[in-house]
Amino acid sequence: MGLDKLNQLYRAVILDHASNPHHHYVVPDATNEKTLHNTTCGDTINLSLRLDSNGTITDIGFTGEGCTISQASASMLTDVMLGKSRDEGLAIAKIFSDLAIGKEHSAKEVKLLGDAQVLTEIMEFPARIKCATLAWWAFQRALSDEPREEN
Amino acid sequence: MPNLEQLRQDFPELHQSMNDERLAYLDNAATSLKPVAVIKRLTTFYQHENANVHRGTYQLSFNATKQYERAREIICHFISARDSHEIVFTRGTTEGLNLVASTYGEQNIQPGDEIVITIAEHHSNLIPWQQLALRKRAILKYINLTSNGEVDLDDAKRKITAKTKIVAVTHVSNVLGNVSPVKELAELAHKNGAIIVVDGAQAVCHIPVDVQALGADFYAFSGHKMLGPTGIGVLYGKKVLLEQMSPYQFGGEMIEDVQLENSEWAQVPQKFEAGTPNIAGAVGLATAVEYLERLGMEKVQARDEELMAYLLPRLVSTSGVKVYGSTDPKQHIGVISFNINALHPHDVATALDMEGVAVRAGHHCAEPLVHSLGVNSTVRASLAFYNNFADCDQLIKAIEETKEFFNGGAR
Ligand SMILES: Cc1ncc(COP(=O)(O)O)c(C=O)c1O
Repeated sequence: MGLDKLNQLYRAVILDHASNPHHHYVVPDATNEKTLHNTTCGDTINLSLRLDSNGTITDIGFTGEGCTISQASASMLTDVMLGKSRDEGLAIAKIFSDLAIGKEHSAKEVKLLGDAQVLTEIMEFPARIKCATLAWWAFQRALSDEPREEN
Repeated sequence: MPNLEQLRQDFPELHQSMNDERLAYLDNAATSLKPVAVIKRLTTFYQHENANVHRGTYQLSFNATKQYERAREIICHFISARDSHEIVFTRGTTEGLNLVASTYGEQNIQPGDEIVITIAEHHSNLIPWQQLALRKRAILKYINLTSNGEVDLDDAKRKITAKTKIVAVTHVSNVLGNVSPVKELAELAHKNGAIIVVDGAQAVCHIPVDVQALGADFYAFSGHKMLGPTGIGVLYGKKVLLEQMSPYQFGGEMIEDVQLENSEWAQVPQKFEAGTPNIAGAVGLATAVEYLERLGMEKVQARDEELMAYLLPRLVSTSGVKVYGSTDPKQHIGVISFNINALHPHDVATALDMEGVAVRAGHHCAEPLVHSLGVNSTVRASLAFYNNFADCDQLIKAIEETKEFFNGGAR
């Protein structure tokens, strides 16, 4: 097979996001935040975001250490989620998490993932699904765990 | 040792392709492959000899008990223990170490006492002691490593004191592959009135082990890393210590006499083997040990050294590759950890997998050690005697192709 198949996984857009990640910072005055670890490799993703009083995501950022796939995935997530409402965001994150466990979604729904659509190719590499989903889980947990105290 | 190609025929899993490439299995430190003899032994046991042990009055059960106890004798001999009563069957290394921490440790550690381990420990020889120390308000101390990754004996002399009650150390590191000076540490421990617990998970399938010569009070290892089945392991313990210890779990097999109000424990080692044990596992492990003894552990060790002497210099001289630990092949017992430029180990492992090379990427359940190397994770290639030069060449070639692929890409 050789490395040809790797091109499927490491598309140019993934490599771009990984080397120049978008929104690579901790959101100041974040209302929600979550750090998750990939226990197999010790990688970490911290996701922070700010919800305004209407429940709109007005800022979102990530930090942490990780492989090409996890960094690109987090970067793509921040692009997609910025400006979405809390509920829209959770619906999109669910689509991604579902795809990762082999559930089907309509083409229209998959489109909502933006650049992250290419990551659905990850299903060909079962050992790497966790790398791709870590940021999306962190996003879901950041919004569903108890929000931070207002200060 | 028989001709290597002949020997490789004993391991059916070697002879398959992976991602349409020849398989180079270089994750032996995670688990070894199994020879046909072991696979057949398990089948025969389940087909013809299966019965519960230590309770039946019929012939079949008597025979199963005999096989199970014979396994204990074989293992006793393999690690040069004095008496087969010192061999406790467990699920694996992890359970053996937990057993010592929650029996001997629970009984003997007082507030303010010290437990000394090294920074190189696998989590299974770290967390049981860390949690014991927390429960008992005892102090957990870490012996540092030298820049070469070896246990720093001078630091050990500072850390092991009259306050030390337990020293726990790995025999061979699962990240760097070096051998700890167990004998010296055992002397230090004993001089200070402490006992020493040794994690032998990475040692038993690579080097001859003599628990008495090492001075080990406890020595734990896993069957699955030494050609045996999963779910079976061994805890060696000095009989005088095992006899003082309270049971680990309660139930059948481990009692002498049960009254409504109280019970009396069985003799060692049954005292520590509550419930129906992994009978087939023990029998299969005995066959694995017999296989290794037929080859001869000195020959196995020589074969490992030959492979390492071939692979290590090639890896060290591959541009962009950083090898951790010593540059001396003798200080790499089966294991090499490395990174390639700034590439993430997961990306590397996926690329190598596409080339048929199975390696591990991550922190190898030894986070403190990997962090002390200044990284979050490494790629680990680990060898067994049934690997060959072609496996090593395939790894080097795959590394070259991986570098090429990613240099055209992100980093
Ligand atoms: C040094 C070391 N100790 C302990 C263990 C744990 O062994 P097991 O998972 O078989 O209990 C391992 C294997 O992963 C190891 O390499």
